[in-house]
Amino acid sequence: MTDPAAHQAAERAARDSYGRLLAILSARTHDIAASEDALADAFARALERWPADGIPSQPDAWLLSVARHRKLDAWRHTRVQDAATQSLMLLAGEVDEGTADGAAVPDERLRLLFVCAHPAIDAAARAPLMLQTVLGLDAARMAGAFLTAPATLGQRLVRAKARIRAAGIPFEYPQARDLPQRLQDVLDGIYAAYGTGWDDVDGADALPRGLTVEAVDLCRILCGLMPNEPEPLGLLALMLFCEARTAARRSDAGAYVPLDQQDITRWDHELLAQAEHHLRRASAMQSLGAYQLEAAIQSAHCERRAGAPVPPETLVALYEGLLALRPSVGAQVSRACALANARGPETGLRALDAIAANEVTNYQPFWAARAHLLAAGGARTAARQAYDRAIGLSASAAVRAYLHAMSDRL
Amino acid sequence: MQYMLMFYQPAAEFEQRDDASSQAYRASWVAYADAVRQAGISLGGHGLFPPMTGTTLRVRGDKRQVQDGPFADTKEQLGGYFVVDVPNLDVALEWAARAPCATSGGVEVRPVFTATAVAAA
Repeated sequence: MTDPAAHQAAERAARDSYGRLLAILSARTHDIAASEDALADAFARALERWPADGIPSQPDAWLLSVARHRKLDAWRHTRVQDAATQSLMLLAGEVDEGTADGAAVPDERLRLLFVCAHPAIDAAARAPLMLQTVLGLDAARMAGAFLTAPATLGQRLVRAKARIRAAGIPFEYPQARDLPQRLQDVLDGIYAAYGTGWDDVDGADALPRGLTVEAVDLCRILCGLMPNEPEPLGLLALMLFCEARTAARRSDAGAYVPLDQQDITRWDHELLAQAEHHLRRASAMQSLGAYQLEAAIQSAHCERRAGAPVPPETLVALYEGLLALRPSVGAQVSRACALANARGPETGLRALDAIAANEVTNYQPFWAARAHLLAAGGARTAARQAYDRAIGLSASAAVRAYLHAMSDRL
Repeated sequence: MQYMLMFYQPAAEFEQRDDASSQAYRASWVAYADAVRQAGISLGGHGLFPPMTGTTLRVRGDKRQVQDGPFADTKEQLGGYFVVDVPNLDVALEWAARAPCATSGGVEVRPVFTATAVAAA
């Protein structure tokens, strides 16, 4: 296990099994917490036994069978007779089913994703719940990424699992009429895990928050489970476009580099090709959605690598399409910047001024955009004030330093 | 909920305060303080002189011990604080993340003991 690539591969394989097994264990009892305990026991047992007995031919089936027995034991010990009797019978049924040798474990992770992003679950808990149940991440590991205290996040997860069990949220595929909204909730959860807190005016560059790889993994799983839905592909493309630019977002000295000044040789062209491929597959399905549009915007931002920058008016139209499908302050600010590029800073500023003031009081990208446009229009004092506001609201030292430099140049 | 945001900074940062070359660093604190005030959440706050200007008093039995310097000799020291009124801990953490010392030292976010906080607990 000294080879980091092999270690990573093993970790990913374990993650892959984790979600599959948890989905099956929780499907009938709706008791995710008890299933997690049982699964943890099964993994511990495997560590004990496998080195001595050898790895079983169907490791997943082995783990599942051990976990089911553990769960059954746990139920017996609780001695809660009334409601438990029925569940025990159900469980016994599960155990019988599971004993068939050599049967592959079916993939029920999609149901698990829909349960985690159910509208009855606190919206703030959905993304961490998906990451925990499908990929096995713990609260301490995720707390920083969600800017939440580990204890708070832990409680939120416990409450969400209790709610799933108590409210009897079904482990089922949503009905056709609910599907668009329910799928949207799943996608929003994955994107939140990627880092929506940061929508930079130059185009959704995610902060290095530590869970971007996991969010991409989760989305790949979703695309595999729903190959005929365009929006998961759109989201995957969007995240891959952002990932592809990671290395170019900071100079060697660690300074912030805005998108239009990034060194395109530092972009990951393999990831960009993947992103374009997924976006093309999505658009071939002929059903436009917000994530496809966001990915198309990112694609347009990356077009200068082909030596043919996208006309500024095209970006304005893309942002307007996005606003029509899904209005947000971030998209309004980005549209204003696109307008400024296409028709001059005055037009951009008018678009910024049209946004409700209370929505942007503490929204850093608004102040950064306003400062840039005021500076471009020659309003130096007002630009400096806006730069100061953007600096005060920024959580990144590199961005602060960049804004200082811009302000000093005035 | 009221929270105290306590800004902990490494020694190098206290030295930077008077360094002419670190104007940008000082300006980032001014900008941060202005952003907190303009958000309308501030119940007050101050920057503090460096820890070595502090004096610590302890009474042990009938003896008073007076000592130069901060209460505890740690790598990061309290450099200032804000008391803010925000809906919950998540929002307080968001403001803590914006403090310039978040990347070099750290910010402790502690609920303020108030009558309503006691009633809610």
